[in-house]
Amino acid sequence: MSEGERKIRVLVAKPGLDGHDRGAKVIASSFRDAGFEVIYTGLHQTPEMIVNAAIQEDVDVVAMSVLSGAHMTLFPRVRRLLDEAGADDILLTGGGIIPEDDVRALGEQGVGRLFGPGTPTGEAIAYVREWHREKTGAANAG
Amino acid sequence: MSDPSSSVTDPAHLALLDGIREGKRVALARAISVIENERPGFQALLHDLLTRGRSGGARLGITGPPGAGKSSLVSEIARRWREGEEGVGIVAVDPTSPYSGGALLGDRIRMNDLALDEGIFIRSMASRGSLGGLATTTKEVLDVMDAFGFPRLLVETVGVGQTELEITGAADTVVVVLVPESGDGIQAMKAGLMEIADIFVVNKSDRPGADRLVKEVRSALHYRTGRTGRTPAHHGVDHSRVGGGAEETEEQEEDTGWVPPVVQTMAQTGDGVDELLEAVAKHRQWLDETGELERRRRRRTLERIRDVLDRELKRRVRRELSTDDDLQDELDRIDAGDATAYSVAASILGRIALDPETAPLPGIDR
Amino acid sequence: MSTIEREVPSTEELRKELRRKEEELRDLRARVEAWEAEYEKAPKRDVLFTSISGREVEPLYTPLDRSDDDLYLDELGLPGRYPFTRGPYGTMYRTRLWTMRQFAGFATAEETNERYHYLLKNGQTGLSVAFDFPTLMGYDSDHPRSLGEVGVCGVAISSLDDMETLFDGIPLDKVSVSMTINGPAIILFCFYVAAAEKQGVSPEKLRGTVQNDILKEYQAQHAWVFPPEPALRAIVDMFEWCSDHAPSYNPISISGYHIREAGATAAQELAFTLRNGFEYVERGLARGLDVDAFAPRLSFFFDIHNDFFEEIAKLRAARRIWARRMKEVYGAKNPASWRLRTHCQTAGVTLTAQQPENNIVRVAYQAMAAALGGTQSLHTNSMDETLALPTEKSVRIALRTQQVLAHETGVPNTIDPLAGSYYLEALTDELEGEAEELFAEIDELGGVVPGIEAGWFQREISSSAMRQQEEVERGERVIVGLNDFTDGSEEVTIDTLKVDPTVEERQRARMAALRERRDDDAVERTLAALTAAAATGENLVPRILDCARAYCTLYEIRHAMEEVFGAYKEPVFF
Repeated sequence: MSEGERKIRVLVAKPGLDGHDRGAKVIASSFRDAGFEVIYTGLHQTPEMIVNAAIQEDVDVVAMSVLSGAHMTLFPRVRRLLDEAGADDILLTGGGIIPEDDVRALGEQGVGRLFGPGTPTGEAIAYVREWHREKTGAANAG
Repeated sequence: MSDPSSSVTDPAHLALLDGIREGKRVALARAISVIENERPGFQALLHDLLTRGRSGGARLGITGPPGAGKSSLVSEIARRWREGEEGVGIVAVDPTSPYSGGALLGDRIRMNDLALDEGIFIRSMASRGSLGGLATTTKEVLDVMDAFGFPRLLVETVGVGQTELEITGAADTVVVVLVPESGDGIQAMKAGLMEIADIFVVNKSDRPGADRLVKEVRSALHYRTGRTGRTPAHHGVDHSRVGGGAEETEEQEEDTGWVPPVVQTMAQTGDGVDELLEAVAKHRQWLDETGELERRRRRRTLERIRDVLDRELKRRVRRELSTDDDLQDELDRIDAGDATAYSVAASILGRIALDPETAPLPGIDR
Repeated sequence: MSTIEREVPSTEELRKELRRKEEELRDLRARVEAWEAEYEKAPKRDVLFTSISGREVEPLYTPLDRSDDDLYLDELGLPGRYPFTRGPYGTMYRTRLWTMRQFAGFATAEETNERYHYLLKNGQTGLSVAFDFPTLMGYDSDHPRSLGEVGVCGVAISSLDDMETLFDGIPLDKVSVSMTINGPAIILFCFYVAAAEKQGVSPEKLRGTVQNDILKEYQAQHAWVFPPEPALRAIVDMFEWCSDHAPSYNPISISGYHIREAGATAAQELAFTLRNGFEYVERGLARGLDVDAFAPRLSFFFDIHNDFFEEIAKLRAARRIWARRMKEVYGAKNPASWRLRTHCQTAGVTLTAQQPENNIVRVAYQAMAAALGGTQSLHTNSMDETLALPTEKSVRIALRTQQVLAHETGVPNTIDPLAGSYYLEALTDELEGEAEELFAEIDELGGVVPGIEAGWFQREISSSAMRQQEEVERGERVIVGLNDFTDGSEEVTIDTLKVDPTVEERQRARMAALRERRDDDAVERTLAALTAAAATGENLVPRILDCARAYCTLYEIRHAMEEVFGAYKEPVFF
């Protein structure tokens, strides 16, 4: 790693009460294998816990896995808390069982791409990389 | 606005300094990133932070083999300190994958009880190829937390079972955590952990083999200190080593050295953690009373100077020779018999030393 | 008594017969070898010829794949007879088809109660309650951690009051009810018993099942509340109480489903589930219970994945292993203790969000495997479950899939119809062997609980999950519509169900009203008595029943126990 270059740091979070962490763990391992530094929160996190961790760890990205159907509550709340904490530059993305209409609605509320079941992990990796490139590129230009 | 005497010039870094002064955690987190990634100007940022005052927070290091329960113990210790309303900064190091350069940092999971405590700040660091149990900049990150005002600092090493001795350079008190059933005692001796421990913890002490492990550690300590072993402790501190028993006072009189106590804990339930903290406090008292704290800190500072020099030189060499292509001409000359690896190195070192732009640390007065 | 007079064959005749058999075997071996040579030379498709679990599958099975030592009666026997390989009951589907038991629950108790009445009117004979996540974790609907999840993935039940509403007008002595709940199972069970009591139904008339399998929660599913030891104590309390008071009720459903869904292979699902079962048996024995007093009420729950033959073999192997160990290791004398009865569900993890209609076909094949494997009841998944909660239409199609299987295909006509298939029998043997190897590994770890604490199960499962994911991502394993045949995968046109957003509010209002009208003294008194009992070895069921009757809430009861038991902390394993 050359001087000043920054690893992409991602918080992989599992909000809510559902315990299905297979997806979260697979994506966390895949992100690691893609060279990201991944902070895994463990299960049963509240939005407040997730945002607190994201701030302390100074991550670039928060990736949440939601399979419980509570996505319309959880994603907007985490987005709002991040913004309020002065971390509006953190990308909030994720995956789970999320109907198309809801994906659109969440997108309008500042949530990034949401990946459905069966998405190859490579797609999520490429998305995060691309987003990071744009962000750091813009930062350097400005 | 920022302090006019500041040596920091980067406006983003000035904003971080302001934020830290105001106690903003986002600013602390982002300053840590600047330092962890050794971004341009990080030296000045550190210099500025460290000259503004420190809380002189007590630094407790936790090390031990994988699966020993270090994170759970850290969590339990931090929780107890918080009951005394003291702020706690925690750095937990996990290994970087040598294959991908990525890392999976999972220590927070065990610290979830602390997740919403405003007085606690947890930062996970990837080792990024650094051996010795810490990341290259872990000590600096502790400094920043100290400067932020945390009176208590906890650092947990990688815990991959390698020789993790760097912790002695990061902490005032080093706790070595072992567990029964894994031949830990012998491993610890091999890995040099016996020599660095100020306190031993036998965690998961309800497991079979705990008493045997305590005995093993004791007899190894006996070799180290030339003392006789004591009767085994039962769930908690061996009061023959700490605590205020009469026997112990006697010992202190005849020997001013520190004999590492062996504390039995069950981090999952918190059993024995109070006793561990007693031992930590006792050790701290010993450090203060004997002047050992001052000695240790000066020794650490000395190490730090060497360390900063090493890293700066490396960084400069890397900057001078960013790729092997830069050396093609020299290779040709060596091939032709006109130079050697030594003469090439000498000339490069000369160039680095003479370069007026890069020679001093940017933004820092000598 | 009829006697069959047979002429005893002469030594010469026996020798001749043996020679003939040997000759045939030699001939067969030679032919198989020739066939193999031919096979080696032939072009093969460029795909993995392994099962979903990664098992090598041979291109051809013959009598050579059966061991010479295997005696038919030892290995297979007859249905309803030891070792039960061919089925747990003698007459199987000729007497009674498997129970078509669709898992259902959403929103509030009132809404789910309406759905149950509808299902019963439409011929369903058993109910299966799906609880929402807060209930599964032991939180009341008005607890801050329940935010956004009340009534979303199941029905919210926070007290006896909700349970009474859930079964309003449903006679609990007639309808068997299955409840999927684990961490706080003992509490929901007591709500259920108390609700029956209010209907005038005594516990001995209760039929049905509570999942109550905490070990697989630590290993895979993660809806835990208490640490392993107190959690296991509560389970044995239920065994004990049920064997005295509710003899027709199944106090546990030992579940491989979630282990498999988390990524385990078929052999891991089989071995971990059965080993968990043996753990419960051992815990019961340690309490001093008679094995034949509680073992007949232990029931199972397996996943039915895509690999058709492997899944059939898995169910057959499960029955044989259970019977053998119960008889030989645990000394059970009652054949009912040897008999493994199971519920099955088609594998949710095999469903794709892409071209969701294809899921109907997947579910149909899986359902057929479950029937050929001899399941006692079956839930078939709905095609849209990877997109949202299933709609009424997709639930109906899933049920119709079972009905077509039961009434049109002829599958239920013959018991264990694939027995004797060289492939299936070899697979059954192989799975049994692999399970035995895994049992030995678990024993080496010191048993199930130390294995959980060391993260062994969790790591085994997640490395299998990772392997499967990689196979799919590399395209080695084709998932139709996902990584091949993707034409048309982009547009998803099916309707999805939306949960009424007012549920949480309404449920909170219900809770507030309950807290207002109940007798606070009784609440405090019964909770204090429960905490005190938890600290002793006393059976907790009567205490929790008292709490339930006093309308203590789920979380209050959980909390009263937690004061003594502590909470389970998630271990960290990848």
